[in-house]
Amino acid sequence: MGAVVGTLTMQTKSRRLSRDKADDDLEMTVVCHRPEGLDQMEAQTNFSKRELQVLYRGFKNECPSGVVSEETFKQIYSKFFPHGDASAYAHYLFNAFDTGHTGSIKFEDFVTALSILLRGSVTEKLQWTFNLYDINRDGYINKEEMTDIVRAIYDMMGKYTYPVLKTDAPKQHVDAFFQKMDKNRDGVVTLDEFILSCQEDENIMRSLQLFENVI
Amino acid sequence: MAAGVATWLPFARAAAVGWLPLAKKTMPKPPVDNTSRSDEILYVNVSGVRFQTWKNTLDRYPDTLLGSSEKEFFFNEDTQEYFFDRDPEMFRHILNFYRTGKLHYPRHECIQAFDEELAFYGIVPEIIGDCCMEEYRDRKKENQERLAEDTEANESTDAPLPPHSTPRERLWRAFENPHTSTMALVFYYVTGFFIAVSVIANVVETVPCRPPKGKVKDLPCGEKYDLAFFCMDTACVLIFTFEYLMRLFAAPSRCKFMRSVMSVIDVVAIMPYYIGLVMPENEDVSGAFVTLRVFRVFRIFKFSRHSQGLRILGYTLKSCASELGFLLFSLTMAIIIFATVMFYAEKGTASSTFTSIPASFWYTIVTMTTLGYGDMVPSTIAGKIFGSICSLSGVLVIALPVPVIVSNFSRIYHQNQRADKMRAQQRFRQAGWLRLANLTNESYFLDFTENCSVFQDRDSDSTALCVKNRSAFEHQHHHLLHCLEKTTNHEFTDEMNYSELCMTESVGFRTSRSTSLSSQQGAQNNSTGCCPRRVRRRAAMRLANSTVSVSRGSVQELDTLQFKTTTIPHQTRSSLNAQPDNLKLNCGEQDFTAAIISIPTPPANTPDESLPPSPAPIPGILRNTQATAYTHESFKISSL
Repeated sequence: MGAVVGTLTMQTKSRRLSRDKADDDLEMTVVCHRPEGLDQMEAQTNFSKRELQVLYRGFKNECPSGVVSEETFKQIYSKFFPHGDASAYAHYLFNAFDTGHTGSIKFEDFVTALSILLRGSVTEKLQWTFNLYDINRDGYINKEEMTDIVRAIYDMMGKYTYPVLKTDAPKQHVDAFFQKMDKNRDGVVTLDEFILSCQEDENIMRSLQLFENVI
Repeated sequence: MAAGVATWLPFARAAAVGWLPLAKKTMPKPPVDNTSRSDEILYVNVSGVRFQTWKNTLDRYPDTLLGSSEKEFFFNEDTQEYFFDRDPEMFRHILNFYRTGKLHYPRHECIQAFDEELAFYGIVPEIIGDCCMEEYRDRKKENQERLAEDTEANESTDAPLPPHSTPRERLWRAFENPHTSTMALVFYYVTGFFIAVSVIANVVETVPCRPPKGKVKDLPCGEKYDLAFFCMDTACVLIFTFEYLMRLFAAPSRCKFMRSVMSVIDVVAIMPYYIGLVMPENEDVSGAFVTLRVFRVFRIFKFSRHSQGLRILGYTLKSCASELGFLLFSLTMAIIIFATVMFYAEKGTASSTFTSIPASFWYTIVTMTTLGYGDMVPSTIAGKIFGSICSLSGVLVIALPVPVIVSNFSRIYHQNQRADKMRAQQRFRQAGWLRLANLTNESYFLDFTENCSVFQDRDSDSTALCVKNRSAFEHQHHHLLHCLEKTTNHEFTDEMNYSELCMTESVGFRTSRSTSLSSQQGAQNNSTGCCPRRVRRRAAMRLANSTVSVSRGSVQELDTLQFKTTTIPHQTRSSLNAQPDNLKLNCGEQDFTAAIISIPTPPANTPDESLPPSPAPIPGILRNTQATAYTHESFKISSL
């Protein structure tokens, strides 16, 4: 009889434990982040109130909790580039957006970056791009960082490309890049070198303006 | 998730700024977005219930009524709102689909009404969310079965006879439906009576009667009164034969009739008598003849024409064939296992009844079905243990498939009940009551059934329902992919072309290629990079937004211009986008001009970079073909 009661109590105890754990999980996921006020954001970015409203509505619809994790980010990006593997590039992009290094993108980060990319000046855009390339944020882009970025970009193309992708294509691309950007041939590209070289390139300047009407 | 993808697209495009310093060539111009930038609230009035939503919300699904320009047809200028004369309750669910991206099926609603609303608003039912998909499918299947049965019942012979029917048709109808005429009813009862008589006679003739004077042993009545029984048997068989021949004559399709179950039963029921007549009074053969008489018991199955319950039982067993098969199979397995075990467990004992494994089969069956006759009993301890395991498992194995069979039986039985109710209702209708009702209602009912059947046809190719023009989203997405191509100086292709390229490259087109392609390739003529490091395969893309998924075959049908020379082939977007009218792309034309520039010996064509991106499809095609005509002669247009 005692054994029966004993087995019964054992059952309920384990159930209670699991229920507690489930409750904990529930609490963990209900994390909500609210952005700062609309007026503040309007002052800080180059968007109008209406545009911010439209942006936030879309953002909130997708992420009701108010934050985007890196996993979600990678998933979203892979939807746009289904042929290849967008996870590496998405990782770098995520770090570029997540200026505070919090591990998740909030609406403010989102809007700040968009504001620079779409409405910022040429210098700001180039600075943002430099930050993207400079993976370890030390102020210099060296060949390894650049190779990582370029390889990530090529990964997004996938396997089936024309012309057929050679194994050293990223390396060649990086060499060409350094040829153009590294003015003093010291093996790294600084922000000033970068901005100067880009401003000299007609193609880049022209292309920078193309993306203004994205929103 | 289409909404999700659409929301993030501007973000991904903005991030493309990061590719700019790396790109060798200029980025293509972005597609012009003619839609108004500002978001506005739309008012949708559905039968008086006013809904309001953002225009953006509705634009998420441009292949539906509300997302496309089709809704302008419903715009009411006076009230400045969109008016739909439909069910507002259902519309709630439809609108929620736009808002959340998931379509839910309301369980309390009629499945057909729901399907109709979906068809009206141009929403494909396949996008119902996983949470509701199963319920939806079950209800739909049930409804379709019901409709099929109803049409079958309609075609059944309850309706009044067509005016010009031959006697043969009338006879057949009389046989199939005894209620139609009194003669048929009389015949029906007479045959039923004689079946009963015949079965009872078969049973009674084996009962031992008192022996006649002079004999001691008990005689079965069949031998004592054998003349009487023979006369009765003859009469019954005569009637059965007559009935069978009549049915055969009246049957519209004799072959089909002869193959049907009931006719087989009829034949089996009367054959033994005739065989008995034909066969001589031989002692050796009479043994076999006795066996044949067993088949007379099949006459009892003739009752199934008279009893619906019996028919249902037979139909149930037929439809549960798989469960029965499983039951049989698992039982057989268990029997063999336990019989083997019991045999070897009891082998040692001296006077064991388990003489062989097949002999143990009997013990196993009796134990598993919990009969337990006791004629074979294990005596060793091991035998008793295994015996108890055997009986416990027997209960389980038999109990498992039985509920399935029971539920099947219950479903079919209820369906039959329903069929009877339907018939009763139809008779009521035909009696003229409903003709007093509104004529519009009746015609509406007829239209309703017609529409349902039409809708079912449409449902099978519902994917073809909602193909509209390319949306802004797709234009922008393609622009983004095009930017990536420009950055890396490679182009997207699909698997087939890729493998072809691999082959052509290795064969020896290196020289012509390398000189004219961009500096990326350089002067290297290496074919080692033919199949690069990445081994990951990607399936054909399916945009979350696109509602049409075209098979691989049709992708190949899309025009792919393949060049044996230097110009870059234009088959990029074909594998990505499922729509056949591919060349509307602005980007495509840009691509071509770039290609023309890179040819070493440019013909009369002047490189023209400032071509305006015109969205006209046909001129686009023409331009491409003209361009190719000017370039190298050996080009191959595959499957244009």
